Amino acid sequence: MTALFDIPIQALMGQLMLGLVNGSFYATLSLGLAVIFGMLNIINFAHGALYMMGAFLAWMGLEYLGIGYWPSLILVPLAVGLFGVLIERSMLRWLYKLDHLYGLLLTFGLALVIEGLFINGYGVSGQPYQIPAELTGGFNLGFMFLPYYRGWVIFASLLVCFGTWYGIEKTRLGAYLRAATENPKLTQAFGINVPLMVMLTYGFGAALAGFAGVLAAPAIQVSPLMGSHLIIIVFAVVVIGGMGSILGSILTGLGLGVVEGLTNLLYPAASATVVFVIMAIVLMVRPAGLFGKEK
Amino acid sequence: MKCKLLNVALAALLIPAATTAWAQSKPAAMKLSDNMIKIGVLTDMSGVYSDLGGQGAVTAVQMAIDDFKAQYKPKFAIEMVYADHQNKADVGSNKVREWYDTQGVDMVTDLLNSGVSLAVGKVTQEKKRIAIFVGSGSTRLTDQDCTPNTVHYAYDTYALANVAGKAIVKNGGDSWFFLTADYAFGHSLEKDTSDVVKANGGKVLGTVRHPLNASDFSSYLLQAQASKAKIIGLANAGGDTINSIKAASEFGITKNQQLAGLLMFITDIHALGLQTTQGMLLTSGFYWDKDDETRKFSKRFFDKTKRNPTMVQAGDYSAVTTYLKAVVAAGTDEAGAVMAKMKSTPINDFFAKNGKIRENGRMIHDMYLMQVKKPSESKYPWDYYDIKAVVSGEDAFQPLSASQCPLVKK
Repeated sequence: MTALFDIPIQALMGQLMLGLVNGSFYATLSLGLAVIFGMLNIINFAHGALYMMGAFLAWMGLEYLGIGYWPSLILVPLAVGLFGVLIERSMLRWLYKLDHLYGLLLTFGLALVIEGLFINGYGVSGQPYQIPAELTGGFNLGFMFLPYYRGWVIFASLLVCFGTWYGIEKTRLGAYLRAATENPKLTQAFGINVPLMVMLTYGFGAALAGFAGVLAAPAIQVSPLMGSHLIIIVFAVVVIGGMGSILGSILTGLGLGVVEGLTNLLYPAASATVVFVIMAIVLMVRPAGLFGKEK
Repeated sequence: MKCKLLNVALAALLIPAATTAWAQSKPAAMKLSDNMIKIGVLTDMSGVYSDLGGQGAVTAVQMAIDDFKAQYKPKFAIEMVYADHQNKADVGSNKVREWYDTQGVDMVTDLLNSGVSLAVGKVTQEKKRIAIFVGSGSTRLTDQDCTPNTVHYAYDTYALANVAGKAIVKNGGDSWFFLTADYAFGHSLEKDTSDVVKANGGKVLGTVRHPLNASDFSSYLLQAQASKAKIIGLANAGGDTINSIKAASEFGITKNQQLAGLLMFITDIHALGLQTTQGMLLTSGFYWDKDDETRKFSKRFFDKTKRNPTMVQAGDYSAVTTYLKAVVAAGTDEAGAVMAKMKSTPINDFFAKNGKIRENGRMIHDMYLMQVKKPSESKYPWDYYDIKAVVSGEDAFQPLSASQCPLVKK
């Protein structure tokens, strides 16, 4: 068997592939965070809870209403997005004038409340969500068996990530959004409804989290704790990519997934910390993150 | 005449002694420090283990107290307090210290995490109270870290490994690869199981250690797959076990290799469903559907909680009943006397069959080798296990001669 640094090439390829799968989850989640931070300057700690809600809504839809995976992929992000809009309208909007810390505390509290409610209702062991029938089975790639579902995760995440990047960087609506963040007063003076823009942005960020939740539901157990386990890593991804940088969070998400996969192979005990070690190094060298702009 | 006088004198001497003895057997004259027994339930209320104990543990202990009151009509009050140890040793030991010092708590139970249990054991010994560990698994609790004030009640990693591990090796699963949660409990379970595998002629081909609450298990499983071991031993618990099993089935690993969940509770099976878990072998000290007694208790428990009891929750009930009986028999709440009674009285109830507490604090009782049913064999809700074998406590748990506990006289 061919080997590289004593590691069979097959194992290496397998881990790289899995790293891409995990990386695409990180990318989708951190993208939502980056959009919200970049546009609203809110550090959205409720993101993990929204992700968990997405997975749970998909499960509930199937369990109580018979809504399958494919409709859920559209409906659940809409529902979570709407919930995000509600949060923004009823609570967050009062905090824009204040320090970032207030938004962080509010969303952190919200995350605890949402999680607590789900634990109370469903327990921590969670609920199983089957992989949709069209995507059971997998490809034999030679070096590993890749379930169709994981392949689909990469494809769907990349599609959504690219769409978001394109929407914000290349379209007129995106330009309005960026203008509204850059100079809200002036933008308003040009006749653009800034509060509406802000509300939609938060809703969109929340919808992205919900979308990642639906994607994750068949792959991992739908449990109230799934968000809090992931959110810290996702925050690290955003910090490394540069707070608020769309492209940064997508590329960093994918990259860190791969780095984590390699760590799993070389020294599994460090796989939980490697992301934070990288974060510390990046912060020392480039405090604004790899793709961030210093202000 | 002289003889008669002597008799009277003797009688006069004996009467007060007899009255005292009579009075002592009456509960009213029991020597309780505050005429009250207070039981503390220290558990994980919202974290990874809260389905094993948690609110269900509180319910089980309350049921035990109510039943005891109804049956024995004690003249003293019995109260319960509960708190969340958050799976943190410092949080747990601080809470217990506060309970002992300011609230007059006599006994603490449930205790879902080995790290918390080790810390609570030390405080309990220092304050001369009693702790009964039901939910935690590390054998250290009755080995090098044993205390005269603590009992380990339901199971431990040795028994888990010994019962299911041995059965799997004997069924032909003689090469193993471990997926181990990287903390005290996981290491302990991995070591105990490797020993059993090797002792029965099997081989251990490798191990991969993953952090607690890992978000993805596919990369570890891929390594397990590459090892070509027949059995992948999951030395982890709760959500980690659930996600390992789910990923193994998605990645088609279960086609050629078999998974062995070394610590699986019925709530895990319930959460995963039989489709994914069918055929797995596991060890348990309790199954709700074993006989009429267990069904009777479980029905009452289900009516209150909408779930069937886990081994830990049923064990909590049994532990509290055992303790309260010992308090009445000893006529005091002084830990030494109560513990002596507990250790000298055999335990036989719906939970523990042929139970007894050894001098190192290990409660041994019959353990069961379970196999998870196929979906087609499951006839009603929670109908999950076939009992494949009953293993006596002496055979299931570590022999006393191997214990490193200083309390064991050799």
